[in-house]
Amino acid sequence: MTQISRDDVLHLAQLSSLALADDEIDGLRVDIGNILNYIQQLGELDTSGIEPTYQVTDLQNVWRDDVIDDYGIDREALLALAPESQNGQIKVPKVL
Amino acid sequence: MTKISDFIGKNARLNVQEAISRAKDKEEYHALLSLTEERALERADAVDRGEITGRLAGVPFVVKDNFLAYGAPTTAASKMLETFNAPLQATAVEKLELEGAICIGKANLDAFAHGGSTENSAFGPTKNAYDKSRVAGGSSGGSAVVTALDIVPFALGSDTGGSIRQPASFNGVIGVKPTYGTVSRYGVVAMASSTDTIGAFATNVADAELVMDIMAGKDDKDMTTLPDFFTPSPAKPSLKVGLIKETMTDDVDPEVKQATLQYIEHLKAAGHTVDEVTLPIVKYALAMYYIIVPAEVSSNLARYDGIRYGHRAGDVRTLAELYGKSRDEGFMTENKRRIMIGSYVLSSGFFDAYYLQAQKARTLLVNEFNKLFENYDVLIGPTTPTPAFGLGENTADPIKMYLADIMTVPASLAGLPAISVPAGNSESGLPIGVQLVGQRRSDATLLALAKSLEEL
Repeated sequence: MTQISRDDVLHLAQLSSLALADDEIDGLRVDIGNILNYIQQLGELDTSGIEPTYQVTDLQNVWRDDVIDDYGIDREALLALAPESQNGQIKVPKVL
Repeated sequence: MTKISDFIGKNARLNVQEAISRAKDKEEYHALLSLTEERALERADAVDRGEITGRLAGVPFVVKDNFLAYGAPTTAASKMLETFNAPLQATAVEKLELEGAICIGKANLDAFAHGGSTENSAFGPTKNAYDKSRVAGGSSGGSAVVTALDIVPFALGSDTGGSIRQPASFNGVIGVKPTYGTVSRYGVVAMASSTDTIGAFATNVADAELVMDIMAGKDDKDMTTLPDFFTPSPAKPSLKVGLIKETMTDDVDPEVKQATLQYIEHLKAAGHTVDEVTLPIVKYALAMYYIIVPAEVSSNLARYDGIRYGHRAGDVRTLAELYGKSRDEGFMTENKRRIMIGSYVLSSGFFDAYYLQAQKARTLLVNEFNKLFENYDVLIGPTTPTPAFGLGENTADPIKMYLADIMTVPASLAGLPAISVPAGNSESGLPIGVQLVGQRRSDATLLALAKSLEEL
């Protein structure tokens, strides 16, 4: 049985860029613990010598020409989606 | 039930107005998040003036609200994208519009397609078309219900682990999940890129086949699309069908098993042979799925940062706070669970034991399927272990909710085409679905088989 602590939840939240509210933490702790206990059954499978399958298309290295394609979208349309913008730039809180 | 042909050659404006009025009459089901009435009527008038022609000229349809489409916001049923007005349309939508089809609205889903009941929508659940106290299934619950209620003759959905097939079975309609890479995913909100597929709901197989024929094909904007291969084909006589033993255990509802066996009797009567086959690794498929998919979810949903688009939290001072609060406010609990599980299985120290082990197990699953397809053309089993469950019945227990996907995830992990077809109702009147699974690129064979049985 994998036990997940409150600190584990906060660590995962940090890795996931989630600022969890206090009242969310205990519920997630229980759920994540239960889910981990469920998926751990995969450890029973003998996979020695087996290659992983990351994708199922059989395609490899699909290339395209190295040319700019704006996909028919202009700068103004994209800026209009930003929650805050100023002088043609997306505005964010100060980084440093 | 309505068919696509009922709308062809009719006044397109009337088609659209009537579909919208049906949608408004059925608002209590909460199948739609928005109507695209203004744009739909403009397009209808263009069809009526003969400016737009094609195989679906004037036919109304609905898209799941994780498809980018004009005329209404693309919310993915989340607070994160509540006001997101797409600057482009999904290739699948564009292709249907080029044939004259008219999108009238956007269907409800579990937020970001995370769920199996449409109860994880930020805007409230969709109700089952046959029993309003039960779930629509999910994540494409709204699309299944608008089709089942005859609001439109077809609707689009996405299927990552069963999100088309499971709600199709819960609402008594056809649900098609094609071979991975058949339909472009350009312009569809990404969930788990190695299993995400685009498919359709319809009231009959011929309509589903037509819609898939229009949407299928290589797209330079989606590098994972396969070279063109899908062409509708006539039914093949005497196919070899394998009933997957592991999908008919004592855990499966007796009425569901009975309906499956009855469908098999129809297959036999039509000249096909059916044997019981075994796919032992299938019992591990759900564990593989709930490692691989959260891993890909955590990566795909990293883009929602409150900077370039989507919800941005107010009252923050630092950039880290902006990311964290925007994401906490914009995502539903199930989104957070999956992102955090993904972070866990990908983190150093756990990567080999979880993520790598799951991808190796996936190879074993693919191998077991391939071995069966050496001797069988089609595999069959129930689409879901039970008919639609009650609203609220599984929301407290994520694992119980995940178990509803147990029949559908294997085909997703292996990239196989699978369709859910109606196979009668339970005694209490709830629809039951049977799932047909084929080898990669055998979509046309599956559809032809389902169509030939429907005609009996």
